[in-house]
Amino acid sequence: MAGQTVYDKIWDAHVVAERDDGMTILYVDRHLLHEVTSPQAFEGLAMAGRAPWRADANLATPDHNVPTTNRARGIDGIEDPVAREQVVVLDDNCKRFGIEQFEMTDRRQGIVHVIGPEQGATLPGMTIVCGDSHTSTHGAFAALAHGIGTSEVEHVLATQCLVQRKSRNMRIVVDGELPPGTSAKDMILSIIRAIGTAGATGHAIEYAGDAVRSLSMEARMTLCNMSIEAGARAGLVAVDDTTLDYVHGRPFAPVGSMWNRAEDYWRTLVSDPDAHFDSELGLDANGIVPQVTWGTSPELVLGIDEEVPAPDDFADPAKRELCQRALEYMDLDPGTPIASVPVDRVFIGSCTNGRIEDLRAAARILTGRRVSPSVTQAMAVPGSGLVKHQAEQEGLDAIFRAAGFEWRDPGCSMCLAMNDDRLYPGERSAATSNRNFEGRQGHLGRTHLVSPAMAAAAAVEGHFVDVRELL
Amino acid sequence: MEAFVRHQGTVAPLDRANVDTDQIIPKQFLKSIRRTGFGDNLFDAWRYLDEGEIGKNANERRINHDFVLNEPRYAGASILLARDNFGCGSSREHAVWALQEYGFRCVIAPSFADIFFNNSLKNRLLLVVFSKEDVDELFRFVDREAGYALDVDLGMQTVRGPGFEARFDIEPQRKRLLMQGLDDIGATLAYADTIREFESRHRRAVPWVFARDGNAA
Repeated sequence: MAGQTVYDKIWDAHVVAERDDGMTILYVDRHLLHEVTSPQAFEGLAMAGRAPWRADANLATPDHNVPTTNRARGIDGIEDPVAREQVVVLDDNCKRFGIEQFEMTDRRQGIVHVIGPEQGATLPGMTIVCGDSHTSTHGAFAALAHGIGTSEVEHVLATQCLVQRKSRNMRIVVDGELPPGTSAKDMILSIIRAIGTAGATGHAIEYAGDAVRSLSMEARMTLCNMSIEAGARAGLVAVDDTTLDYVHGRPFAPVGSMWNRAEDYWRTLVSDPDAHFDSELGLDANGIVPQVTWGTSPELVLGIDEEVPAPDDFADPAKRELCQRALEYMDLDPGTPIASVPVDRVFIGSCTNGRIEDLRAAARILTGRRVSPSVTQAMAVPGSGLVKHQAEQEGLDAIFRAAGFEWRDPGCSMCLAMNDDRLYPGERSAATSNRNFEGRQGHLGRTHLVSPAMAAAAAVEGHFVDVRELL
Repeated sequence: MEAFVRHQGTVAPLDRANVDTDQIIPKQFLKSIRRTGFGDNLFDAWRYLDEGEIGKNANERRINHDFVLNEPRYAGASILLARDNFGCGSSREHAVWALQEYGFRCVIAPSFADIFFNNSLKNRLLLVVFSKEDVDELFRFVDREAGYALDVDLGMQTVRGPGFEARFDIEPQRKRLLMQGLDDIGATLAYADTIREFESRHRRAVPWVFARDGNAA
């Protein structure tokens, strides 16, 4: 038998049945829920008179439209009545169906993709789904994790399964070593630039190579998080000591002899040497420089030392058109050095870059420096209550505050601007989040995606700058 | 769930690649806890000049007359012609609900994003994948002839219109799902015994997956 990839192994371990029509019924180990994509699913469940198949497979938390200020009042502190209703409905549904929830006032509340790993609710070898495309984040643990729509949320609640077709296997090998001043964010943006936002459609990506192996778990989460921006629903990294060290001691993780048994299994979650990949990409980490997106798609990205392109730089007419539209929307001229572009607001947070290492990387740049007076607002939004607490224990909040940053409460915040944290028309951000689509951070707002260190550097200088000059 | 068998309708062209679900239905409308009420806000930031909000009356909005769907010739269109990687980005199923509520029954493009593809199937919105050349040709026909209409026959897997005829590929199981309009959950629950058997095997093999406090039951 030919060797198997990690993806093949996890897939095989979860096949409940192959239907006559060629679709696979796949078992779901963990289902994460939040307030935005679940209400219609719970409603459907109730209307059909169904109950959750296995309530304890689910874990819920409100994150998308919770405010990042005034949290002591809990749900009553949500000013927007429509947003408040959605959080109330999540509360009601969790109580009604016996689903564990980290409520708004719980210290463990946070972005769903931050709290899963933090709690050990995300474990190697699991199938993990959530009504959110950045569920790919959990692939960092050699889990098969991907986003689903609301109908599938209801399907998973009712059956603990998904009806799936297997994806193809893609391997992205990043060799070498990330240079100082660069991070997993620069790595994934470089990958997306190389293959495009549809480059991995239909595939599960395995990230491999020395540069990936040497990433921390948090950095691997950043990498896997943006797999969807390359078109792949799922991206993952094989198990190694780094994985196990991170998982050990987490609240939901096994202990004692159960840990030993789990570890024996988890150690098998590496691709066999003769495993087949349908496509492969190689990248040299040594050549990666700090990245800044300039356009309205994550593939429109530049090294900090580059200039905004012109439509004629693209051979494909569709790309030319995309470039032209992006230039207009972003109000940029071809040939503009990206390092000269000023920013109005700076956002550090999100499921991509809202973890403790991200906050440390930004704080390192901000130590002894001040946010430029030309910047309207700079905010740091920890990914969870526990991340916030740890940052405060380390004194990071004091560094952010002293630099002129606002120190906020956890949530998705300005990544998608469902709450009050947003750009106003024409404003430009340096953001550590994952999407620079038109209007993503607010109506007619302009988003530039960067790493936490690059966001901090832009806040200090008032424009994009090569963070390596500030190290 | 309304099945898709055959549909005839006029075509609206959306000549942009990488149309993401944030454009199809912007985030502010995702605060709704309902499955309906999204049609007026399809492509909201492109269709209107003012910023959309939940509950804002569409009749009082400022229309962007430069946006293609607002051109009178495309009023009532029920087939959307699009470009590569349509539906990329967020997993929000609201994007499919908005397209359907606006009146679209079918989207034709050279490629679609994965999650959007699944969400469309679940709601019986037919996605037809054609070659770039065929899509280019359709864009030309739609541009030249006001009211250009197509006849989409899922059973025959054909799309026909004046000067155009092409077959499309679709996996048999997806075709059957679309044409039957079955209750997907009910279909899986027919396997309830098989799921339970799998679950007990799985529980023995990986008990830690079923534990919530570090100690397996």
